[in-house]
Amino acid sequence: MSAMKLTLHIWRQRHANDTGTFETHVVDANEHMSFLEMLDVLNQTLIEQKKEPVAFEHDCREGICGACSMVINGRPHGPLGGTTACQLHMRHFQNGDHIWVEPFRAKAFPVIRDLVVDRGSFDRIIQAGGFVSVNTGAAVDGNTIPIEKDLASQSMDAAACIGCGACVAACPNGSAMLFTAAKASHLGLLPQGEVENARRVQAMVHQHDKEGFGRCSNTYACEAECPKEISVSNIARLNRWYLKSSLTSNV
Amino acid sequence: MSLTGIFLILFLIVHMSGNLQLLADDGGRSFNIYAAFMSENPFIRVISIGLYASILLHAIQGIALALANRKAKGGKYAHGKVAGATWASKNMALLGILIFAFLCLHMADFWVKMRFTDTLTMVTYAGHDEAVQDIYSRVNVAFQELWLVAVYLIGVTALCIHLVHGFQSAFQTLGLTHKKYTPLINALGWIYSIAICAGFAIMPLYHYFPPSYPPTTNSASM
Ligand code: HEM
Ligand code: SF4
Ligand code: FES
Repeated sequence: MSAMKLTLHIWRQRHANDTGTFETHVVDANEHMSFLEMLDVLNQTLIEQKKEPVAFEHDCREGICGACSMVINGRPHGPLGGTTACQLHMRHFQNGDHIWVEPFRAKAFPVIRDLVVDRGSFDRIIQAGGFVSVNTGAAVDGNTIPIEKDLASQSMDAAACIGCGACVAACPNGSAMLFTAAKASHLGLLPQGEVENARRVQAMVHQHDKEGFGRCSNTYACEAECPKEISVSNIARLNRWYLKSSLTSNV
Repeated sequence: MSLTGIFLILFLIVHMSGNLQLLADDGGRSFNIYAAFMSENPFIRVISIGLYASILLHAIQGIALALANRKAKGGKYAHGKVAGATWASKNMALLGILIFAFLCLHMADFWVKMRFTDTLTMVTYAGHDEAVQDIYSRVNVAFQELWLVAVYLIGVTALCIHLVHGFQSAFQTLGLTHKKYTPLINALGWIYSIAICAGFAIMPLYHYFPPSYPPTTNSASM
């Protein structure tokens, strides 16, 4: 187990209206730690020194919840493609490295404290239309509704989105189109969700714009930085559905 | 944005192929007759008005989009660079402003002179009844200036970079993507951008560095 000494330049901001600044700390880590475990070590030291630990979000620590939002060396969730910060291991860094850690930056993701941003705007996009209105009750029998395999796969790929917000953090326009498109595709591709497609698509896109996210200009930074490798073909699908529902539906 | 962009893309095909007549070795005959046709034909006049409107709409929407998006972005990262986005995709508005500035100069030089002044000499050609303005000579004289040739090359390069991103972007915006034909669109975008801009670049270069014979200007009849 080889030990590493790292210099962290880490963003400290006490509250939303604080200007914030980088703070430098040297951390003793090893290559088997995840990035968050390395931050735990830093926080333990800070606590022992009676200093305020660095606030960062985390939950599952296995790459499925989307909580661990942070930008590492200018890249949302760090330098490794298809990986969340919690699944990024220190073996991808070198002993002696300087690492810059800062919060996601987007107008619609205001910083709450240190590395923690408020991603409530995502919740409100989902509340606007990211659901299927069905009565709850006993689960329907499997295979009652036949679903073509290719559609099921495309929907499943879109459903891999964990709502982490890296797409927004990466986007030079602060747009959340990849997230919105993934959620709309996941539901709208399946027969159960297709019924409400026009209303859903209109509502989600309008909420997206209302939250202050930017307009997609197809830079494709989102796809490159998405830890779940969600494809921008979902955005094209959302554009298609949006255009169609604008022209042909009553909503 | 995408619709006006596609209209401009189609316009450039016509504009570039028509203007290739500047390379004809006939002292400007075919180009001048073509230019007269383009400025007089009522159908072309209607299309032109659509074109001016499209350029303005496209430019205004583009700038508004870029300004709004700049606000939506919370700020830059202190260190390092996000993956994926090409330089062109992040600088569409800057490239657009360069193209627009170039267009103003370009139109003041030729279009205004042809349409709104009578500074151009009239020429008549055998087999063509009416006298036409000798815009060919104006172009030829203009392209003797090295600085203007340089400005054209810069303008055309900016256009090429704008189109490399813009061509495929227009299809993505309209939702016209599919794994079967998107690779073809991307390839076509590159071929189109390079061909259009190479075509436009040849014109000033050809007049600045004429081939062995001197370009004949002002030949009254042929
Ligand atoms: C008059 C000056 C021009 C300005 C200010 C301008 C500006 C812009 C801007 C800001 C964008 C949006 C960038 C983005 O969505 O990422 C854009 C997109 C585009 N531009 Fe231009 N442009 C100009 C001229 C042209 C010309 C002459 C053409 C074509 C020959 C063109 C074709 C396109 C295309 C196809 C798009 C993509 C549209 C889309 O993705 O929806 N532009 N332009
Ligand atoms: S699309 Fe990708 S980057 Fe965006 S929220 Fe979903 S998982 Fe995260
Ligand atoms: S903590 Fe759940 S994805 Fe990283």
